[in-house]
Parts: sequence; C-alpha cells; structure tokens
Amino acid sequence: MTDTTFEPTIIGFTCNWCSYRAADLAGTARMKYAPNVRLIRLMCSGRLDPTFVLRALSEGADGVMITGCHPGECHYIEQNYKALRRYLLLKRVLVGMGIEPERVKLVWASAAEGAKFAAETTAFVEEIRKLGPLHWGQADDEPQTADHGQPSIVHGPKEEVPA
Amino acid sequence: MTHVKPKFAMYWAASCGGCEIAVLNTHEKILEVDKNFDVVFWPVAMDAKYKDVEAMEDGSILLTLFNGGIRNDENEHIAKLLRQKSKILVAFGSCACEGCIPGLANLSPVGDIVHTAFNTITTDNPHEMYPRVSFDVPEGELHIPKLEKILRPLDQVVDVDYYMPGCPPESHQIAAVLDLVIDVIHGRTTLPPKGSTIGVGNSTVCDECPRARNVKMIHEFKRIQDVAPVDPDLCLLEQGIPCNGPATCSGCGARCPNAGAQCIGCYGPAQGVMDYGARLITAFASVIDAREPKEIEQILDGIPDPTGQVYRFNLAGSLLKANRDAWKVNGE
Repeated sequence: MTDTTFEPTIIGFTCNWCSYRAADLAGTARMKYAPNVRLIRLMCSGRLDPTFVLRALSEGADGVMITGCHPGECHYIEQNYKALRRYLLLKRVLVGMGIEPERVKLVWASAAEGAKFAAETTAFVEEIRKLGPLHWGQADDEPQTADHGQPSIVHGPKEEVPA
Repeated sequence: MTHVKPKFAMYWAASCGGCEIAVLNTHEKILEVDKNFDVVFWPVAMDAKYKDVEAMEDGSILLTLFNGGIRNDENEHIAKLLRQKSKILVAFGSCACEGCIPGLANLSPVGDIVHTAFNTITTDNPHEMYPRVSFDVPEGELHIPKLEKILRPLDQVVDVDYYMPGCPPESHQIAAVLDLVIDVIHGRTTLPPKGSTIGVGNSTVCDECPRARNVKMIHEFKRIQDVAPVDPDLCLLEQGIPCNGPATCSGCGARCPNAGAQCIGCYGPAQGVMDYGARLITAFASVIDAREPKEIEQILDGIPDPTGQVYRFNLAGSLLKANRDAWKVNGE
C-alpha cells in the first residue's frame, strides 16, 4: 500500500466462554496487540449471523475477525461447527462480491490462549493493512448519474459503417 | 363518494413486463380498477407522454404501482416524477423492491454489461457499434437513457410507501391489495402503516410448503436436474437441492416446491430478515453434515455460484448491494 497512514478498522466477534476471555487474559497479562480491533462479545460463535459480518463490511469495517472455542470444546456442544460452515460459505459469497476472502478470518482461541489471541489479532491487522481499505459503499455517496461507465459505451462505430 | 374517480398509474422501469401481466391476470378484478380508478398513466397499456405526467398536480395520483429497478437516468427521472405526483407509491414486484434478476448485473461493471449485450458471439456486431448516449442527426440531437453504474431498487432512489414483492406478485395477492385500496377509497378500512410489505404472508415459504421436514443432514448439494428421482413429499433442502424457502417471505403458497421445483426466492426476505443472503447462508450451513473444513468445502462445491444462489433476487437490495468492480468508475 502506498497509503502508509491507513489504519484498518476491524470488528471482532468473540465467544463469551473462550475467546472473549482470551482477550481478557491478554489484557490482564498486559500483552500488546494491535488496537485496531473492536470486540463484540457474543454468547457463542454459533450466534454469529453472517448478517453481522456483511453489515460491518458495508458500514466501514476493513476486516472482520470471528473467534470461537476450539472444535470439540464448544460450551453449547457443537455450535462452533455451525459457525465454521457459515464462515466457509460466507467467504465464497464474498468472493462473488469482489471482496478478498482474507478480510474475514476465523480463529479458534481458548480462554487460556491470551497470547495466541494477541498474536492472531496483530497478524490479521497487518494482513488487512496490506490489502488496503475496503471503502465499501463509498460510491453510494456519489451522485449516481455521474459519467461513470460511459466512456466504454459512448464510442460509436469505429469509423464509417458501410451501408 | 366523489364524482371524480381517484387516479391510478403504473410504470415499468428496468423490468420484464411480467408484473403488468400479473395485474391483468387478476381477471375481472381489472374491471374493478377501471370502475374505481381513472387510469392516467400506464405506458404498457395505454398511450401517454411523460409531459402529461409532468403537467399533473403534485400528489394528484392516488395510487402508483411502480415495477422495475432503477437502471438508467430515465428510470430515475420517472421514479422521482411519480413520487412527486403520487399519494401512495408502491414498489411493485421484486425488481422495484430488491432488484430481482436485473440486479444480478450488479456483479458486473457497466462496460462489461454493454460489451456482453453488444459484442459477444451471440450478437453479430462486426463493426463494433455501441449505443451512444447522444447522437447528432440533421434534425437535432438524439438521446437515449444513460446507464447508471448499478441497478437500484426503488427505495434507494425515492421514498416508498409500500412494498409488494414477488416475481411477479401472485395475482390473488394483487387482487387482495386492489380490494384493500378500493375499500380505503370507500372509507371501509384504513391503510396499513407506511413502509409495510403488503400482499405477503408473515412467515417463510417453508411454512406454506407441504413437503415433510425431518432433521436430516445432507452430504452433498446437487442441482435439481441431477437428482433423480426427486422425492415429491420430502423437503428439497434435505434432498441436497439448494432451496431458498427458509429465507423467503411467504405469500405465494409455495408454488415452486408444490410443482416439484426448489424455491428460488422471488418473494424476497421474510419479515425480520435484514440480509436475505446471510439468512440463506445460515440455513444452508445448518444442514451440512460435516465438521472438517475440507469436507465442508467439498460439499459447498455443489453450489457452483454461491453469490447468485443466495442473492438471486436480492442482490441490489442486500447490505453490500453490488460487486466491488461494479461500484467503481469504469476505467479506474
């Protein structure tokens, strides 16, 4: 990126039982990690409606981090598997929208893994920094009747058209 | 009752004309429209000029059914004009409500769309002629409508009073809505709150679908033509056929699943669904019987076009609205 001042905005969805506590642990242990992430606590990664991710991306987030308990360790038995399946399908849909699938990341972190949480967050922020801003829907604010798209369709016949 | 009949208008923007057919398909009810309304503007049914509409008093049309999305500056002009002239503006049909099939063009930049239309192997265009927005002829300058970079549902352009989804809306629903408006005219009832979705049920297509639902999980997704035979009594999603029923608003009577085909989602998001595709992602993810990422990916390979599948009718009305390339100015 040429824009060295770009600070990514990341929304992080954390599970109440593990990754939120991992973030807590990272805090109380005074581990340093990138401050770009805004955490939102859910009761479980299985609560993550893909709508949350789409809304975050459409309203200014450059990346979304979803964190949950390790497979097999879900407080609600198996909802993190549901989150995994949603996440994998959501990424495919995002590709169709022209969004780099790397902008959404799923991380498993137990309550003891404060260091892992901090490291993964920092790595994710750096990855998004490399991808650059998403700026979704900024075009929305522009007048829609501008000359966009016209150059390619206004050119007429190359030269004269034989009768 | 006054001697002057209230005025009625119907317009088509970026649409196929199916909504007009659906209105005519209300059979005798159309005579009720004629009896109760003065049809002042309906380009598909009668001759009218835009300047006639421009000359009308603001708010003088009681009911306007607007179908079609906003794809070019002409659509936008008429949308704004009809908003100004109408008391009740209804986004009529899937295109006006959420973009519908024309909204899928939001996955491509305008240049690509025009190129596909005018210069692919199915179009014989040896001299590479493309439409021009304006063209000088001896008689003066001619104009054709200018394409906007993405298609927008009506409510992204003007204020909309009511939404009536469907591709097209079912005729019995149209008849019910016309009855309602006629009752309102005669003072027998009042209008629903502004912003309501009308002519729909209050649940999902699954609730109207007679097929049996079990808790079965699936190991693969298949296109319906690759499933033989399709069980006529079992939930299609449970048979591995991506069926959009779980996210789709009821109101059609589950016509497609009843006829042996999967719901494609033309009635749009069910009540309380903010993003149609997200709800469908959740629904599909729930039936996949796999826990290993590799296995899940293999099952997902059975949906060849995930974006088109989950946003077939709703792309332009979704939270993201369009593909990123389509947002951008061409040539950037």
